[in-house]
Amino acid sequence: MLELTNVWKSFNGQDVLRGVDLAVSQGEFVSFIGHSGCGKSTLLNVVGGLLEADGGEVSLDGRAITGPGPDRAMVFQNYSLLPRLSLLANVREAARAARPERKAAVNDEVVERYLTAVGLWEHRNKRPAQVSGGMQQRTAVARAFAVGPRLLLLDEPFGALDALTRARLQQQLIELWQHESETETVLMVTHGIDEAILLADRIVVMANPPSPSVLDVIPVDLPRPRDRTSVIDEPAFRMVQERLMALLTAEEPAAA
Amino acid sequence: MTIVHPTPTEAEELSGRPATDPPPAKVKGSGRVIRFVAGIGWASVGLAAFVALWALVARSAPDLPTPGEGFTALRELLRYPFYDLGPNDKGIGRQLGVSLVKVFTGFAMATVIGVPLGFLMGGSRRAWAAVNPIVQILRPVSPLAWFPIGLVVLKDVRSAAVFVIFVTSLWPTVINTAAGAASVPVDQRNVARVFNLSRVAYIRHVVIPHSLPSIITGMRLSMGIAWMVIVAAEMLAGNTGIGYFVWNSYNGGSLSYVVSAIVLIGTVGVALDTVFMRLARKAAA
Repeated sequence: MLELTNVWKSFNGQDVLRGVDLAVSQGEFVSFIGHSGCGKSTLLNVVGGLLEADGGEVSLDGRAITGPGPDRAMVFQNYSLLPRLSLLANVREAARAARPERKAAVNDEVVERYLTAVGLWEHRNKRPAQVSGGMQQRTAVARAFAVGPRLLLLDEPFGALDALTRARLQQQLIELWQHESETETVLMVTHGIDEAILLADRIVVMANPPSPSVLDVIPVDLPRPRDRTSVIDEPAFRMVQERLMALLTAEEPAAA
Repeated sequence: MTIVHPTPTEAEELSGRPATDPPPAKVKGSGRVIRFVAGIGWASVGLAAFVALWALVARSAPDLPTPGEGFTALRELLRYPFYDLGPNDKGIGRQLGVSLVKVFTGFAMATVIGVPLGFLMGGSRRAWAAVNPIVQILRPVSPLAWFPIGLVVLKDVRSAAVFVIFVTSLWPTVINTAAGAASVPVDQRNVARVFNLSRVAYIRHVVIPHSLPSIITGMRLSMGIAWMVIVAAEMLAGNTGIGYFVWNSYNGGSLSYVVSAIVLIGTVGVALDTVFMRLARKAAA
């Protein structure tokens, strides 16, 4: 269980996170949505341990988060593979570094499993620059799962991809999360309303100052597995969609 | 447990094998030949204009060798480039070789020290703050100013010249390496932190690959300046090498040898630069 209590964070005197309280239970998929600058990526980085909160407490399973750790893995927007390493080496080196206690054979087996699961095993010896953006991001997803984290943090993972590739990756992500891994909890920052609803159990709507950081938390009551084509006709989907639209339009910065 | 075996999406296939550089626009065979010939043509025009200007200047200043005299001297020098008749009389090839050895020695030492120092500066704010002021103050100093110090400390003109080359080559290498190491993208630094890469793995997989192009650029600049400075250093040292040859020819009144030496020094400089440019291209690929 992930708990944030009264978390504050500011940059250059500007409060980005203003007293965020949030509890995410084990096994939940939570999406974060909001306009640019609302602090959703900051929140994710605080949970990931890349940023330190100015005030408040963040804990995972009762242990305070003070820095990055193997119980959490991240997928960044810009793929962020190491350019000189093959896809295989990217996943292998990260998993090896994050889980030094694993035997090499176990590590190799895990790496192969996830690279296969994202359909890249036959491309494993290519370098990132030799494959498409979608394939790079699939590698980044495999890399995160290969660590075997308790909590997966996704920072606009599919934002830079075309619609078809994005749809495919959303599907893969859900299947990996539900069937393939010990990874239980997922936090995902997104700009896409439909993406947030399709994937999440709950959606956290965030806002710019002066509103409180967490504007609302909306549960998504749609049974899984969700079919991307039929789910959009469900009344529950429509309801959440309208609610999100209303919140986000009301939040629209005056300047925009 | 079901394993998903996705195939690349259509979009992926289309945008396809993708992010590598597109092959350079293919120039048709005949087009390439025409461009090559045109290049040579224009180069000849420039060269002819330069030689004409030289001839004109030489006419009004009778002490200067004419282009013809320069060319004859060059041919003479290149006929037996490697003869060796004692310390004061060596072929031009030997003199160039002696200079190159000094340059490479000083340059190698500068690289061995400069690259790690650059990594240190680029990787640590404190190291940067400590070293950068010294670098900035020493960098604009003509390396020749170090010659007397080298002479006093090393008590040998050859070593002093190598020392001057070392100082010359140090700054561009340090600065460019530091700039490369300091500019590792935030994303890659975050990846290293999130996945807990060790310091060694971080330097090996992130810092070195990322800074390699800057390092080679720094080395290329260093080599370019070192090759310029060696001529002046050897004029001061007055011992061996192409700089000594230039100075000795001047003292012997054979300015046409000086002119030939200039041509040869330039040619070697271009060759050195080409090697590093190739290296840089390889590192960037």
